[in-house]
Amino acid sequence: MVRRSRIRWGWLAVAAVPALFLGYFFLYPLARILALGLSELGVGASGVEDRLFRVGWFTFWQAIVSTALTFVAAAPMTWAVGRYEFKGRKLAMALVTVPFVLPTVVVGTAFVALGWRDSIGAILAAHVFFNVAVVVRTVGSQWRRLDPDLLHAAASLGASPRQVMRRVTLPLLRPSLAAAASIVFLFTFTSFGVILILGGYQFATLEVEIYRQAVVLFDIPLAAVMAVVQLIGVSTALYLYSRYQERHSASWEVSSDASVPLPTGRSRLWVYTAVAGTLAALAVPLFTLVRGSMGSYRDLFGADLVVGDPGAAIRNSLLTAAVAAIVALVIGMMAATLVSHRSGKLSRWFDTTLMLPLGTSAVAIGLGFIVALDWPFDLRASLILVPMAHALIAIPFVVRITLPAMRSIDPDLRNAASTLGASPWRVWRRVDLPLVSKAALVATGFSLVISLGEFGATSFVARPNTATIPTLIFRLLSRPGQSSFGMAMALSVILAALTAGIILWVDRFRAGDIGSF
Amino acid sequence: MRKISTALIGLALLVAACGGETAETPDSLTLVAHDSFADAVTEETFASFTEETGIAVDVLAAGDAGGMVTQAALTAGNPIADVMFGVDDTFLSRALEEDVFTEHTSNLIESVPESLRLGPENLVTPVSYGDVCLNYDKEWFATAQLHVPTRLDDLRVNVYAGAMVVEHPATSSPGLAFLLATIEEFGEDGWIDYWTDLKAGGVKVAPDWNSAYYGDFTRYGGDRSLVVSYASSPPAEVIFAEEPIVEAPTGVIEAGCYRQVEFAGVLDGTDYPEAAGDLIDFMLSVEFQETIPLNWFVFPANGDAALPQEFVEHTVIPESPAQFDPAYIAENRETWVQLWSDLMDS
Repeated sequence: MVRRSRIRWGWLAVAAVPALFLGYFFLYPLARILALGLSELGVGASGVEDRLFRVGWFTFWQAIVSTALTFVAAAPMTWAVGRYEFKGRKLAMALVTVPFVLPTVVVGTAFVALGWRDSIGAILAAHVFFNVAVVVRTVGSQWRRLDPDLLHAAASLGASPRQVMRRVTLPLLRPSLAAAASIVFLFTFTSFGVILILGGYQFATLEVEIYRQAVVLFDIPLAAVMAVVQLIGVSTALYLYSRYQERHSASWEVSSDASVPLPTGRSRLWVYTAVAGTLAALAVPLFTLVRGSMGSYRDLFGADLVVGDPGAAIRNSLLTAAVAAIVALVIGMMAATLVSHRSGKLSRWFDTTLMLPLGTSAVAIGLGFIVALDWPFDLRASLILVPMAHALIAIPFVVRITLPAMRSIDPDLRNAASTLGASPWRVWRRVDLPLVSKAALVATGFSLVISLGEFGATSFVARPNTATIPTLIFRLLSRPGQSSFGMAMALSVILAALTAGIILWVDRFRAGDIGSF
Repeated sequence: MRKISTALIGLALLVAACGGETAETPDSLTLVAHDSFADAVTEETFASFTEETGIAVDVLAAGDAGGMVTQAALTAGNPIADVMFGVDDTFLSRALEEDVFTEHTSNLIESVPESLRLGPENLVTPVSYGDVCLNYDKEWFATAQLHVPTRLDDLRVNVYAGAMVVEHPATSSPGLAFLLATIEEFGEDGWIDYWTDLKAGGVKVAPDWNSAYYGDFTRYGGDRSLVVSYASSPPAEVIFAEEPIVEAPTGVIEAGCYRQVEFAGVLDGTDYPEAAGDLIDFMLSVEFQETIPLNWFVFPANGDAALPQEFVEHTVIPESPAQFDPAYIAENRETWVQLWSDLMDS
């Protein structure tokens, strides 16, 4: 009896930390700013509903189309990395991740230089560019873990390759397809920089409109209404996702050490075509960056042309990323432990709420910090706000990456340990931790790169003027002169290289047993 | 035990610090500014202020000017800093309406030319100004053997309108400034006709300054030889050239410039209004003012401050730039931008 209640208290503690973090840094500021806005809501000006509907509809359909196009674009490479082992695969996986973390302003400028803009096509292309990595990594890594015997069995029973794909592979990949789709949808549904830079004024998403109402026109009530509409859209998507997962998960077998074959003959050609084609397409905007950066590296670190010190910016970025990653890892793994051990409505809600920051207006969160976080300490201008904001965005990834690994742990192992007298803490440390440590490393890598590239949310948080890589890029880009432009491009290439390096490093630890991203 | 007593002493100090007399000199002041100012602040920026007064200056970056003023409005009376800098004339009305400032009249206000003193002088102090002007690519005009336009009216001709790129006023601050310049020139009745002509002539609209300047301007491989930029852009081209150059590759067209003034004020609710006022006076001093051009590429508000050589040689300060009353801008901006968008985006 005593033992039982102690265990329950233990779980409560595990739940309390992520709940408090999310409550204090997300739900409370959001509630405060929304309440402030909605309480002042007067009679709406005429035409507001009209605009709201128009913006809401555009936000929705461009997100759906972007998501669909991202899947189409990512399909060949996902197939290649999912089905085969080949030389250079890890490097390819690292390279495909680079666009995901590049600052919007840099990519926007590259797209503009290519003459793509002011059209829905440019917006969709940029969304695909940013999100291909999400699909390739999430779906590809699950594909590699499918039991090859199942596929062989289907084939030997006379199924054509197409039938195998449709009847066996795709159904088995459903959890990761749904996860990738929901993440891409969230990112494109709340798209801000891409729309602003490539869409001009005629294409506004809810996020752009929230910014415009709150920051340009100071119509906080209307901005709050739009933030609520956006939240409803995001919550609906997350609800559908969790319902879907519930119905379709747990039905697939994980092969812990799937033997992924080397491609032979014709398939070899296809694999290399798919990978090279995808990387080449992604490289087009990147190429503009590299070309623009030539000859500027010495300027960047040499002369006193830069007022801010790029070395210091890189150090600041790495420090911020480290703090954000540690926080995200601790909070995210506690949450994942909870969700994986406890099935039930509450833990499902918890899982969904953890995803919410990915789909919440950065403007609303930033302004929420400003109105809410003066209690119990005045944190409104504190050094820790930016890493905390980054952690909020990284936590969903940590949960998504570590959850499958935690779920794949055989409960008998834990039970055996408990029976032998291990305390729950000891069970976690001796059984769970070693088995999820690789996933934790991958999650750390992702938290680091998410923080390194984050610019949107950062710019709405008041922060000490310690430049980070993205803010320094932005500043260099907003100054005339050839060397300013060159240095901005050079710093972007450095950011891209850092990202690729971190991903390459964590992918060394990626084995068959982990990871959904 | 030792730890506890240390903690208690710490707590006592904290309480003392919080409840300290407001007249006391603080150890540090916090200055909140928009990103483009804050990001260029170095240790030297306020070094001599700290030396003179013993007060350190911590700088907070708060997004763009609009975002900063929004934050200040939401925290009016309970500010996150002591001084705010970087409110421009397009956002000044909001800051004043929301009572974010407390009184301080700078002892140097008389050295600021009358034309920059657009706000109530007991609340806000002009610190710098920037002129948004059309820039042209000298080489392109020489090769095309075209005269450089000298009046906004000249641009109605296709050969100029089709060579021009402007920023969208809804998403870009120079874009808004240039729209205001045309409204001042052609009046509330005439500006739409003017833009209709520009549109017919093929003017290009870019979402922001970056993409206009680095994407469309002929100097950077684009196809537009006229770009809405700043009067300080040509000197910046010289200072940030990859190879040293003697002459600026771009020039400023003096007609159709709009002057943006940036103000500083003491935030209402600060514990140290007096020291905060001293900081504003320091920012208006000749010593600080002369560092402004090369750090932020805007011009000093104090008329006694000398300009650096690059600015004297490579740019012009337009004699009669357009300017509006901040309240008039606040009242009409939404309508103007909407009308402009309806015309240009369709």
